[in-house]
Parts: sequence; C-alpha cells; structure tokens
Amino acid sequence: MTKPFLKIEHVDKSFSRGAMTNEVLKDVSLDVAEGEFISIIGHSGCGKSTLLNIVAGLTKATKGVVFLQDKVVDEPGPDRAVVFQNHSLLPWLTCYENVALAVDKVFGRSKTKAERHDWTMHKLKLVHMEHAKDRRPAEISGGMKQRIGIARALAMQPKVLLLDEPFGALDALTRTHLQDQVMQIQAELKNTVLMITHDVDEAVLLSDRIVMMTNGPSARIGEVLDVPLARPRNRLELVSDRAYIAARAAVLKFLYERHRFVEAA
Amino acid sequence: MTQTAAAASNVTPLKSAQPAEAPASAKVVALPAPKKPFFGPRMKTRMMDAAATFLPPLLTVGLLLLLWELLCSSPTSSLPSPSRVISDTWELIANPFYDNGGNDKGLGWQLYASLKRVALGYALAAVAGIALGALVGASTWALRGLDPVFQVLRTIPPLAWLPLSLAAFRDGEPSAIFVIFITAIWPVIINTAVGIRNIPQDYKNVAQVLRLNPIEYFSKIMLPAAAPYIFTGLRIGIGLSWLAIVAAEMLIGGVGIGFFIWDAWNSSRISDIILALVYVGAVGFVLDRIVALIAVAVTRGTANA
Repeated sequence: MTKPFLKIEHVDKSFSRGAMTNEVLKDVSLDVAEGEFISIIGHSGCGKSTLLNIVAGLTKATKGVVFLQDKVVDEPGPDRAVVFQNHSLLPWLTCYENVALAVDKVFGRSKTKAERHDWTMHKLKLVHMEHAKDRRPAEISGGMKQRIGIARALAMQPKVLLLDEPFGALDALTRTHLQDQVMQIQAELKNTVLMITHDVDEAVLLSDRIVMMTNGPSARIGEVLDVPLARPRNRLELVSDRAYIAARAAVLKFLYERHRFVEAA
Repeated sequence: MTQTAAAASNVTPLKSAQPAEAPASAKVVALPAPKKPFFGPRMKTRMMDAAATFLPPLLTVGLLLLLWELLCSSPTSSLPSPSRVISDTWELIANPFYDNGGNDKGLGWQLYASLKRVALGYALAAVAGIALGALVGASTWALRGLDPVFQVLRTIPPLAWLPLSLAAFRDGEPSAIFVIFITAIWPVIINTAVGIRNIPQDYKNVAQVLRLNPIEYFSKIMLPAAAPYIFTGLRIGIGLSWLAIVAAEMLIGGVGIGFFIWDAWNSSRISDIILALVYVGAVGFVLDRIVALIAVAVTRGTANA
C-alpha cells in the first residue's frame, strides 16, 4: 500500500438555507487502496450518503478535496459509478437498454457496436439477469432491479464502485442472495468499492475495512476497523468464526454503546 | 321434491328401455360438440364483457333519442325530432363527398377542411409548446420571465385573438390556423413544463454520472420522463383546438364545418345543424382517442389511455 488510490482529504460539508447552517460532515479523511472493499456504517442522518455523493461528484464539498489517482474529483463521471439505493433504472427502457445506455455512452468511441453488445450481455450474465433482458423495470422484482443497477454500474468499468445502501430496500432473503453475488463479482473483478450500509452483518461480511461514523450534526469518522477475514468468505462458516464475532461485536459496540442514536428510540 | 323424483323415475326407464340404440343416441349427442367453441366459456365472458361495455351507452342514447322524439314530435315544435332530422338530411348523410363548387360541398369535405386547419395549427402548437415548455421547465430564469406572461395570455378566449390575427394576416385561412395554434399551445406548454420540473432527481443523477451532454439528456431522459405529462397537454390541446375551429370558422366563412353550421342557421336548415353537431362530436371524440392511443404507444404504457 504505497500511494492511496482514492483519497478523501479533510472534507467538510454544510448545507445553508438562509441564515441557518447545518454542518453535516466535519473533517472527514480516508485513504482507500486499489481493490479495497470499504463499508461506511453509521446511524441514519450521520451524513454517510452525503459523503458518498461527494465522492461521486454529485454533491460539492464545502471544504476539503477528494482525489482519485491523484486527480481532483469535482464532477460526476462514469469512473465513479454509483449503484443507487432505489435502483434508479429508467422505466421506459428495458433492462438491456438501461445497461446499454451506460455502455454506449462510456465505450461509444472505443468499442464497435458488436463489442458493446457483448459487453452489455456479459454484465447482464454477471448478475444472472440475461433471461430478463427484454423486460422493463416495472415487470421485475426489487432484487432484480438492483442487480440491473449493479450491472449498469459495472458496465461503466469504474475505477471506484459506489454503493449507496444497495440492499436497504430489499427483504432479508433477497439481500443475503445479493450479498453473496456481490462477493462473487468482487472476487472476480477486484473492484475498489465504497459501500454505505446500516447493516452490521453486511458490513463485516463484505468489507476489508469498516468506517464507522459518529452521529451528526458534524459527523466525523469515529473509528476504522480492519476485518481480518480470509476470502472467499462463507456466511455459514463465519457465524462461529472468532474474528468475525469480534469484528461484529466491535461495530455493534461502537454503534450502540458509544454513539447511541438518541432520537431513534 | 316429489316432482323431481317423479321426473327422474320417468327418465330412467326411457333410457334403459332402448339399450340397443345407445350408439345412435351417442351420435346425436356429438352434434352440439363442434358448436362448443362458439359458446365456450371464454367466448361467453368476452361477449358478456362487450355487452357490459356497449349496452349501457347504447341504452342511454336510445332513451335520449326516445325522449327527444317525444318532445319534438308535435308539428308546431321549434326543433325537429330525430326522425325528421334523418329524413331532412338524408341527402347529406348519403353523399358526404359531393362537390357543387363554392361552399356547396358534402359534409365530408367540410370536415376535411376543418381538420386540415386543425392539423396545421395543432402541429405548430405541439412543436412550439413542447419546446417552450422544455425551456420553462428546465430553466428557472425562463420560468420567472415567461410563466407570468403565459399565465395572463392563456386566459384570453380563443376567439378574442381572431380580429387581431385577421388584422395581422389580412386573410381568413392563416387567421383560423393561428387561433388554433394559440388555443392549443397553453396546455402543451404548461404540462410539458410541469413534467420536466418533476423529473426525479434519480434520473438526473444517472445522467450526471453518465455525463450525458445536453442533447442526449434532452432526448434520452427529459423527453421520455416528461412524456406522460406532455401527452396530457397534447390531449387537452386537441380538444380545445376542435372547440375553437368551429367558432373561428363561423366568423371567417368559406368551406368548413363551422361555417356550414352558421350557413345552415341563416337558411333555417335546423336539421342540417343537428347532423353537423353529431359529426363534430364524433370527430372530436376520435381525435381525442387518436392522441390517447399515440400516447400509450409512445410512452409504452406509462401514460393513461
């Protein structure tokens, strides 16, 4: 780990409306190595989505900078593909067309039409959705929509993949299934991933490191936890794994003892 | 109870009495079988559905015609009864496309002339309305500058524009087209603007991450996302155009269903007026359905028919 791949440096973010100023993030710094899977966990309202949007370029930081491969990030782009919480597929396009829109935009010059088609189909296969390629988002389940969302993000061949609570809106069984799929894809592609979550098990299972945020306003990074678990990981075996239990306990302690979310009760 | 028991006891001996003829009776039974598809359960429900759809309106129309016939059947009545209308106007109904030169043309030609004006004015209104609506919906400054003007102009009744446009164009034909244009454009502008202002932030985020340029954003996100709203505006617009053309043609004269009605009134052909009104209503209904069907086809079912 020489130079950080993605570098978040002293980022502050405050929203002002008139004379009211609401400071959401305070002095957030984080270095991410290439190929690392990082989870950002915290109670709702702690600004973790804001942080992700700053990295995506969708929101501008009030202070501080984000570097990707030593280049300043100041606008959105396909090198930082986002999987949105509510999938954000375009309802008038089929699943194939949704992915193809991204492929045609990103590789319109560098690949031929046939290559782009193969690329799109390959990404659909990767998330096991090639059977539904001609269906529209309204005709498939929530888990399938999110898989298409992941396929679309992967199709941009991003340097960093940003997941904004990707499984938050799904039921527990579908979520488990998708987490396993993400682990498989991650083993294959070795993407650099930044994932927002509020699910402790999900964070421990998927991540190399877990970034724990304190409660807002003025949320900071409270603690960063290494997850020393070998890959591939198997959720059934991990249930009794000591390191897993310890990591899980550490996150739970942080969230529910030291930074209890008072308003939530 | 006793009756059914008696009937059953009557039937059983009959059947058992002639066992030798059983194959013959089986052949007779087989005959209704090919008929089955005609009155199969699916066909039956379809016919029931059709009946449920068409019977109530037919019944209503029938009752209204009956009431009208009763009210206007006396020879002194000021309006003709339905049967009088049909007998008076039979020549017009039978020959919709005669042409005796001048204004003396069949109702088909009159409607065609009106439809041509509506088509031109409405097409211009649709294009200009969507463009202006997109501008107002996308730009806050355009909204602040243009919206108040639109809100005032749209309340001006269509016919109030006619004298002004006659003064400007010095001809009836472009004036009528302009009246259609100015009538149809407001709902298109306003609905397009609302549709574009209501594009979910999610779609905008997707566009930003993909770095769509303004043209791609317009064609791939803005238009499809706002299409249901745009078509709502287009549907209101076509209805208003058809309302306005009849009134405008009454004033500008020439060939057209509006002037046909006015002409009929001046020569006291009341039955002709009634027939023309029926045609105007039917054409207006068809125009509305056409725009609705295009909406469903274009928005792939996301707009309501």
